[in-house]
Amino acid sequence: MYVAVKGGEAAIANAHALLADRRRGDRSVPALRLDQIVEQLALGVDRVMSEGSLYDCELAALAIVQARGDMIEAIFLVRAYRTTLPRFGYTKAIDTGAMLVERRVSATYKDLPGGQLLGPTFDYTHRLLDPELAAGGDVAEPLQRASEADAMPRVSAILAREGLIEPDGDMSQDHIPGDITREPLEFPMARDIRLQALSRGDEGFLLALGYSTQRGYARNHPFVGEVRIGEVELELDVPELPFAVPLGSVRVTECQMVNQFKGSAKAPPQFTRGYGLVFGQSERKAMAMALCDRALRATEFGEDVVAAAQDEEFVISHTDNVQATGFVEHLKLPHYVDFQAELDLVRRMRAEHDARENAGRAEEKREAAE
Amino acid sequence: MTAQPTDIATYNFAYLDEQTKRMIRRAILKGIAIPGYQVPFASREMPMPYGWGTGGVQVTASIIGPDDVLKVIDQGADDTTNAVSIRAFFRKVANVAVTTETAKATIIQTRHRIPEHPLSSGQVLVYQVPIPEPLRFLEPRETETRKMHALEEYGLMHVKLYEDIARHGRIATTYAYPVKVEGRYVMDPSPTPKFDNPKMHRSPALQLFGAGREKRIYALPPFTDVVSLDFEDHPFEVQTFDQPCALCAAENVYLDEVILDDHGGHMFVCSDTDHCEKRREQGHRGHLAPETPSALEKTEPAQ
Repeated sequence: MYVAVKGGEAAIANAHALLADRRRGDRSVPALRLDQIVEQLALGVDRVMSEGSLYDCELAALAIVQARGDMIEAIFLVRAYRTTLPRFGYTKAIDTGAMLVERRVSATYKDLPGGQLLGPTFDYTHRLLDPELAAGGDVAEPLQRASEADAMPRVSAILAREGLIEPDGDMSQDHIPGDITREPLEFPMARDIRLQALSRGDEGFLLALGYSTQRGYARNHPFVGEVRIGEVELELDVPELPFAVPLGSVRVTECQMVNQFKGSAKAPPQFTRGYGLVFGQSERKAMAMALCDRALRATEFGEDVVAAAQDEEFVISHTDNVQATGFVEHLKLPHYVDFQAELDLVRRMRAEHDARENAGRAEEKREAAE
Repeated sequence: MTAQPTDIATYNFAYLDEQTKRMIRRAILKGIAIPGYQVPFASREMPMPYGWGTGGVQVTASIIGPDDVLKVIDQGADDTTNAVSIRAFFRKVANVAVTTETAKATIIQTRHRIPEHPLSSGQVLVYQVPIPEPLRFLEPRETETRKMHALEEYGLMHVKLYEDIARHGRIATTYAYPVKVEGRYVMDPSPTPKFDNPKMHRSPALQLFGAGREKRIYALPPFTDVVSLDFEDHPFEVQTFDQPCALCAAENVYLDEVILDDHGGHMFVCSDTDHCEKRREQGHRGHLAPETPSALEKTEPAQ
């Protein structure tokens, strides 16, 4: 006998209690503290801040531990919090030229003002698992020296002096940047809006698309003009005050991709730009973003749109992992009302199909008999 | 856990900040002013995933007040997990009264069904919408479909319905069946079975549609004309069932098929659980109804 079940509420509560238990795991193992995550899983924290669009290490760490290390789930937690925060203003554009640089490399020049600075990079590490780390071995304190405080001009600015690279965008100085978190997206979109969407886009998705451009799907001949990582100062204009108020600093990764361009009906032969900027330290993301940004500028340069990476609606509509994971996973929700409607239709169509077949067979028999 | 929660994160009444609610209310008002038109709005991330009703939740969060009585259904039922979850969410962030009784609710948030009990003036039905664009599967580009709506260019949709008839002998769309609103906009009724389409027509209730991931809100003000697309020689028809509800013997309602065993045994029961319970309380009995109906508390006041 079937009895309509009323158990949803208790089932959900129990499932969540089990989740909390599994999240904590073996109680004899000390619980993770947020500062441990901030200090020791810093790049994970950076990714959550970057794709969560909220610069707050502690909240990102909380999200990571609450999500059991599921990064997209952690990004989702942060997004769902940051969206409830009222806006009290927009900072002035950051000046990455004035960045307190920790790492800066250029692939286009052997040496350049400010020099090449490797910084804390995985590059050239040998990917050998480290048993000493597993044993909790101590790491020596770093050596420190006074900063040389040399200006580190951007490579794009050096190229621009010779007029070999396109100017840095054609937006007027008084253009007010859009805000994808406050206004609905509309296509086609201006580059400022597009860059915002890419900056919070899924690292994996952008990586794959950027990679596809290198393999010939909208190849755009990229060189890393430079990648730089470091702290930049944030300033806010306050209406009552005659000067901009410093709010503190954030760590960002910037990638200026320099792309070869033979020229077209619309533009002369010159180098063109692809730009990537993300919170925290993530070269992979910044570089992939720069590749995608350049690919998405195809129509601007009169290039044929032939590949996925060049298709603005395709890329921007599918780059947000919080949206993507929600819609893919919503297929788990009950759909039995719709399924019932489809069942009914398929049954009717099957019945008609069988009736036709039977009628056909009877017809054949009759003809054979004649 | 014994640790005291810190004030590291706090939330507003009904979760959304007041600026956001105002923005969404503006979009709703615009939607009401242009019935069936999809109004773009700056959809927010919600604390449940996109695709799980974030559009409906944002609409509800923007219109709900402390005196409202909320009902949430999914597939017609109040006790499906996602409906339970959304109801619990509003209990938590807005502390409103909730009910399972259609007639007692001031706001009903729904996924995939319209209640069987006729709605009345003053009630608001909030639909959760996954893909608001009825033309999306014919034309994937938003830039194109917006133009098609602007030019009232709906030929493609009629061709699709015609091709269904040519291929299958009937219009093979059973849910999310497109409707025309006030003779102007073709609208997606959300993935409700076409059985529910006639209930939208000139409903005295206000009907609001929220699509969070796709960032669209649209609306049907009370008593709006909502006509399902069809052809003169292939008029629109709703689903019919060969048997009544096995629990309450209701006819002309939408039924769910429940599998009873692994030898093909199945039964049909009302998809609208509140309607089914009400009928059983009134003494209606289906052929598989248990002897004593369960007595359940249907309304929980605000605490």
